[in-house]
Amino acid sequence: MTALPWREMTRLTARRALSAVPVLLVVTFGVFAVAAASPFDPVKAYAGTAALGADQETLDRLRENLGVDRPFTARWWDWLTSALGGDLGRSTVMRQPVAEVIGERLVWSALLCAVAFAVAVLLGTVLGVLAARRPGSLLDRTVTSLAYALEAAPVFWIALLAVWLFALELDVLPAGGLTDTGSDRVTFGQVAGHLVLPAGVLAVSQLPWFTLYVRQGVGDALAEDPVRGARARGLSERSVLLGHALRSGLLPVLTLIGSRVPELITGALLVETVFSWPGIAAATVEAATSVDFPLLAALTTLATAAVLAGNLLADLLYGLIDPRVKLNEM
Amino acid sequence: MADTTAVTKTKTKTGPGAGPAWRAHGAARRSTHTLRLRISATLVAVTVLAVLLVPPLVRLDQQAVDLAAKLLPPSWSHPFGTDDVGRDLLLRCVYGLRVSLLVGVVAALAATVIGTAVGATAGALGGRADRVVMRLVDTFSSVPHLLLGVFIVAMFRPGVWPVVVSVGLTHWLSTARIVRAEVLSLRSRPHIDAAVSGGASRWRVGVRHLLPGVLPQAGLAAVLMVPHAMWHESALSFLGLGLPTHTASLGTLIQGARGSLLAGQWWPTLFPGLFLIIPTLAVAGLAGVWRERINPRRRSELTL
Repeated sequence: MTALPWREMTRLTARRALSAVPVLLVVTFGVFAVAAASPFDPVKAYAGTAALGADQETLDRLRENLGVDRPFTARWWDWLTSALGGDLGRSTVMRQPVAEVIGERLVWSALLCAVAFAVAVLLGTVLGVLAARRPGSLLDRTVTSLAYALEAAPVFWIALLAVWLFALELDVLPAGGLTDTGSDRVTFGQVAGHLVLPAGVLAVSQLPWFTLYVRQGVGDALAEDPVRGARARGLSERSVLLGHALRSGLLPVLTLIGSRVPELITGALLVETVFSWPGIAAATVEAATSVDFPLLAALTTLATAAVLAGNLLADLLYGLIDPRVKLNEM
Repeated sequence: MADTTAVTKTKTKTGPGAGPAWRAHGAARRSTHTLRLRISATLVAVTVLAVLLVPPLVRLDQQAVDLAAKLLPPSWSHPFGTDDVGRDLLLRCVYGLRVSLLVGVVAALAATVIGTAVGATAGALGGRADRVVMRLVDTFSSVPHLLLGVFIVAMFRPGVWPVVVSVGLTHWLSTARIVRAEVLSLRSRPHIDAAVSGGASRWRVGVRHLLPGVLPQAGLAAVLMVPHAMWHESALSFLGLGLPTHTASLGTLIQGARGSLLAGQWWPTLFPGLFLIIPTLAVAGLAGVWRERINPRRRSELTL
């Protein structure tokens, strides 16, 4: 392995960070515009049932205190400037600052997504290679049809059935949460046990896409000249498959890994909700159900940033793995 | 100009080397092909007929509550069993599919109209307008679909229309990209040059020569979008943000079955999910055949 092209990588990262600025500006602006068009009234939400008996003057004062009497562009600008200082507002549903909510929950979501994605990548590669080895064989057809069926199955449905099977019928895994009820300490063993089902389901939801792409990539590579050349030289099947076909077949797949972040977030939204996993995706759903705008706005922005980071990662990987690609031309 | 080269690049990628050299050939290929077509077409037909005909023809009330018959496992009188207040699940599923399918079709149509309009405008205008529009499309697609959908629905719920709007507004991006690429590749074809040098107006070139070339691709995208939109709707409903409970969709059914699932009854969860999977697979099968018809060289995998 040659030395990494740090200079080019840093330059690409810096360029992407710069181009992320307008994207995030537009997205946050859009978020505030949608909220402004919404019939939902933040004052009534804040005051709750107390708003029913309150007179107009009190409501107006509350509106002024909450700062929602001004046009949404001004509120957007205020939010933006204070967000740069680390103040994202206060979440009404969690009753704590938004930044704190994110800080507490981000690590659990990251853990869940990382484990699930790693499992999906490993398992997907194995299954994809096995399927591509003998196209049309029983194994290939089984893997392919299973992949299509799983791709069509809604992830929350799989999650519920998994809860039923593993937590209720077999009673081998906990049905949800981060730790057992009644235990207030977060230990490694507890978390690992509670992680298996959600991470497994999330991995299964990402698996079909990965398996099918690896199968396609390796299958195409097996029909190409370098592989035929390797076969003609009498290399072992193993080194043909793993050394030649897999290496060139995985290339297009690796570059797409980073672009799977949106699907991963979508999956996490549903899986965390089913398993009451205390991550930010579950918090997003809670924020949405109780129209907690500050939290929702911050989490939407965060997700957008994650997607952009994923795209950058994809391009960096592409440039590192494929010698034909020049990072400074991206 | 960079855009047209990008298009030709993806075209050459599907050359003979990348083609189906390693897949089944000849008669074997054709027979799996027709089999797939037949099964998919039958399933789609059955789904559509069931959804259209069962409500007017079957004189059974899907909301008929029978507490004596609650949570019965699947049997001959109730093939899918009954739910926690004794309603027949088969009937509930058909009605749920009806709602989901309707929402899916309307949302997919909306998304296709938006996507085709945006993509065709960007492709036909070219230059700066194209760059600005495509940059906006990129920006839009950096927000995860379901998250954006959740946000829109949260701000405008409850009701059916927020769901339709949210699904429509989050799904037009891929159509816009496909249509734009198609318009760009069409623009460089000789018959367009001929029409332009023959003095045809911009409008005439657009409507008579570009649109017919774009429609098959846009139609394919629209058909593939229906299951996607259904999935999206059921996810929103499952999160409790979608359709109100009195207009039960498949997602609402699964959401409502959570209580019985935790008590050990699996059937109220299993069957609505199957009703989502089967039409999705059938539509994907049909669309795969369609895609090979309009573009025989393009790979037919991986578009669900």
